[in-house]
Amino acid sequence: MKQLTTVFAKWCSSIPFLLMSPLLFAQEASEEASSLNLRRGATDISGQVYDLHMLMFFICVGIAFVVFGVMFASMYLHRKSRGAKPANFHENVKVEIAWTVIPFLILIFMAVPAANTLIAMEDTSEPDMTVLVTGSQWKWHYKYMDSDVEFYSLLATQREQIENKFQKTDNYLLEVDRPLVIPTGKKVRFLITSDDVIHSWWVPDFAVKKDANPGFINESWAKVNEPGIYRGQCAELCGKDHGYMPVVVIAKEPAEFDKWMGEQEEIVRKAKEEEQRLLSMNMSMDELMKVGERVYNTTCAACHMPNGEGLPGVFPALKGSKMALEDQQGHIDIVLHGKSGTAMQAFSKMLSLKEIAAVVTYERNAWGNNTGDMVQAKDVNAVANGN
Amino acid sequence: MSKATEVISPDTSAPHVGQVNGGHVHGDHLHDDHEHHDHIPKGITRWLFTTNHKDIGTLYLWFAFIMFLVGGAMAMVIRAELFQPGLQIVEPNFFNQMTTVHGLIMVFGAVMPAFTGLANWLIPMMIGAPDMALPRMNNWSFWILPGAFLILLSSLFMEGGGPAFGWTFYAPLSTTYSGDSTALFVFSVHIMGISSIMGAINVIVTIFNMRAPGMTWMKMPLFVWTWLITAFLLIAVMPVLAGAVTMVLTDKFFGTSFFDAAGGGDPVMFQHIFWFFGHPEVYIMILPAFGIISQIVPTFSRKQLFGYASMVYATASIALLSFVVWAHHMFTTGMPVYMEMFFMFATMLISVPTGVKVFNWVATMWRGSLSFEMPMMFAIAFIVLFTIGGLSGLMLAITPVDFQYHDTYFVVAHFHYVLVTGAVFSIMAAVYYWLPKWTGKMYDTTLAKWHFWCSLVSVNVLFFPMHFVGLAGMPRRIPDYALQFADFNKWISLGGFAFGLSQLIFLALLIKACKKQGEPVSAQVWDGAEGLEWEIPSPAPYHTFETPPVVK
Repeated sequence: MKQLTTVFAKWCSSIPFLLMSPLLFAQEASEEASSLNLRRGATDISGQVYDLHMLMFFICVGIAFVVFGVMFASMYLHRKSRGAKPANFHENVKVEIAWTVIPFLILIFMAVPAANTLIAMEDTSEPDMTVLVTGSQWKWHYKYMDSDVEFYSLLATQREQIENKFQKTDNYLLEVDRPLVIPTGKKVRFLITSDDVIHSWWVPDFAVKKDANPGFINESWAKVNEPGIYRGQCAELCGKDHGYMPVVVIAKEPAEFDKWMGEQEEIVRKAKEEEQRLLSMNMSMDELMKVGERVYNTTCAACHMPNGEGLPGVFPALKGSKMALEDQQGHIDIVLHGKSGTAMQAFSKMLSLKEIAAVVTYERNAWGNNTGDMVQAKDVNAVANGN
Repeated sequence: MSKATEVISPDTSAPHVGQVNGGHVHGDHLHDDHEHHDHIPKGITRWLFTTNHKDIGTLYLWFAFIMFLVGGAMAMVIRAELFQPGLQIVEPNFFNQMTTVHGLIMVFGAVMPAFTGLANWLIPMMIGAPDMALPRMNNWSFWILPGAFLILLSSLFMEGGGPAFGWTFYAPLSTTYSGDSTALFVFSVHIMGISSIMGAINVIVTIFNMRAPGMTWMKMPLFVWTWLITAFLLIAVMPVLAGAVTMVLTDKFFGTSFFDAAGGGDPVMFQHIFWFFGHPEVYIMILPAFGIISQIVPTFSRKQLFGYASMVYATASIALLSFVVWAHHMFTTGMPVYMEMFFMFATMLISVPTGVKVFNWVATMWRGSLSFEMPMMFAIAFIVLFTIGGLSGLMLAITPVDFQYHDTYFVVAHFHYVLVTGAVFSIMAAVYYWLPKWTGKMYDTTLAKWHFWCSLVSVNVLFFPMHFVGLAGMPRRIPDYALQFADFNKWISLGGFAFGLSQLIFLALLIKACKKQGEPVSAQVWDGAEGLEWEIPSPAPYHTFETPPVVK
């Protein structure tokens, strides 16, 4: 028993050192993303949050040292095997008042800087620019409120890496097809909402984590000091692929940002022209199927699965389904507008007329659905305009 | 520990007409001696129809342990999938079902029934009552539980699988976007709630009406006090949970819009309702643990508990404060800044009475005469590891940094420190403390030591690195993760498997103990133990305190 006690005492006394370990590593790894501790981040606010975290951490380690120290001392000094005789005291009003009041004072000491930082974080007034961030299962949509530029941002990691068929690359699960781009040195306000379930938009380097609630808009902001690529993830369980909706933000110098924004506006203008041109054109079956397969795999396969069989009881199958085989109008309509009360989203905002035409064609001809139907952009346009 | 240590021996030879057991009156055993008097029914009907608080306590404890193993098996699935990045073993949808059902089973199937089992066994013996006040309701509140968990577990085999929206079932993921198994989930939670409320009523009625003469409020053992306060919390918040699941049910199946903005509802309102239940719920799972530790530490320090009265007041203030801190689970939902501040300050305040408890335990040990038998080892591990969980809780209370911690593995580490090395370790401490009283034999102490050391090392390998991956940015409830978290997750999983296997040692020990193997023990069992339950013989007779003892 005596041996056990000593081992136990030794082991337990190492706990405070374990508690310290993030700190020891933090100092050498402050530039790179630490694998042990919070990051200082890229904004003034995230630096304040980091300092607050370290302050709290030190106070907690200090409290642990004192409390465990007294306990282990009495475990060593006052053990029966050493012949200790029990004392008779069982209350002491002065001591009890002291250990109620002192913790209270420590709390006040913590509360003041915490409240100051919190007020600064929640002050979203007078932004230089505003981005609307919308979550949906399982992707983010960004819209620059002062321009026509808007786009979806999807996970870019290949399916084969997730399924362990390909080697996993550096930014596994933390890479997207189109990152959000913002300027440095400007106060960027984020309006955060959702199209379906609750998501949470989180960029650790900005100390911004805000829930995206369907039907409500939350606000947050960041003023990024350094250009760079900042990665985060969805932080609220949002269904099957919650682990697969990363956030990537690129901060550029204002001049570079303006150049990028100009290019994007040009792309949007050209895409609109292209859309008009396509209305009077027909695409071949091969082309429709090729584009359709790509769109299906990036947009539809998460729920309806790559083989079109869905997840029984959760997401319906498209293979052999009545809608995909017979009701072409209904099929186009549900892809465009979604189905309320279910997880089926409206894709009219996310996909072009051409892409919707292609994916509907694909779904009506893949996996043995061989209807031979071809849907063209103008057919989709007709349904979209209610003809 | 109470001051109720001086007892006039209970008059066990007095006639006891009308002592009813499963409808059987022991009229013809009036003059038998005590051993023969214990007319224990045989076979399965003993357990099905029992109204005996000790039998029901045993049923609760075994049920809790089986559920602990089932929920633990699900944790093994989770840890196996998270052993490496990439998807290896399960699909994300099944992974979400595992995290959800693991949480529900551990909270409602393991920790809460285990505490109710301990309450059944111990409260009547500690206050000198012959049984719980409402024995038939006691039987019913246990026997509806297996049904509830069968319903919940069977939903895993439905088309589309069981609930996959997390044990917190946030709307609208649990309403519009959930599978049909939600109906079974709602029904089973209703039954669990009814069971808890009935158990709580029984505890309150027993403590209010059946204390032995002289057992005044401030002489009650702290385990009784903490359970009394817990029972009031249960009655206050379980109906709120019932309301929340009912609204989920009607939103999903009957077209209401409580949590749907399109119909004038609010998904964040769900979280307010849920956490108004959920925060007192976490104290429901820790207050009885405080009671247990307050019984064990004085025994093995051979010294009266320091600050008995302040322990009672601290417990009561924790319970009251638990009603005004719920939104600290929801700092990222977008509350006004003054609400965030209110909930931050209120939450920080809870650390004061909790600190008082820890200081009192340490002061009890100070200048005692300490020995380190199994219950004390678990109690000391509890104090250290629960305090670590409490300190990370204090960090989480600070709203600006909570934005970084929220929904990461830092939170997972925090609540597993308070629930596994807190609540579960206290239950194990309690079993090691009172098991000889229940069986009359000392359990296998070699197995117990193996169980303790294996559990202690593995549980820290399991949960401590979670702090690091959480701070480094790993969100919770994900089946797959970025490469920088890979090394720690491997260790976490190995710790998890080891902790799971360690519990099989405990199973072996319990089976041996139930077969009544081991050295016989005295009535007092531990040489520092004081209180009414140590006055009765070991093993505790089937009926105790038929004539109340008098407490001076």
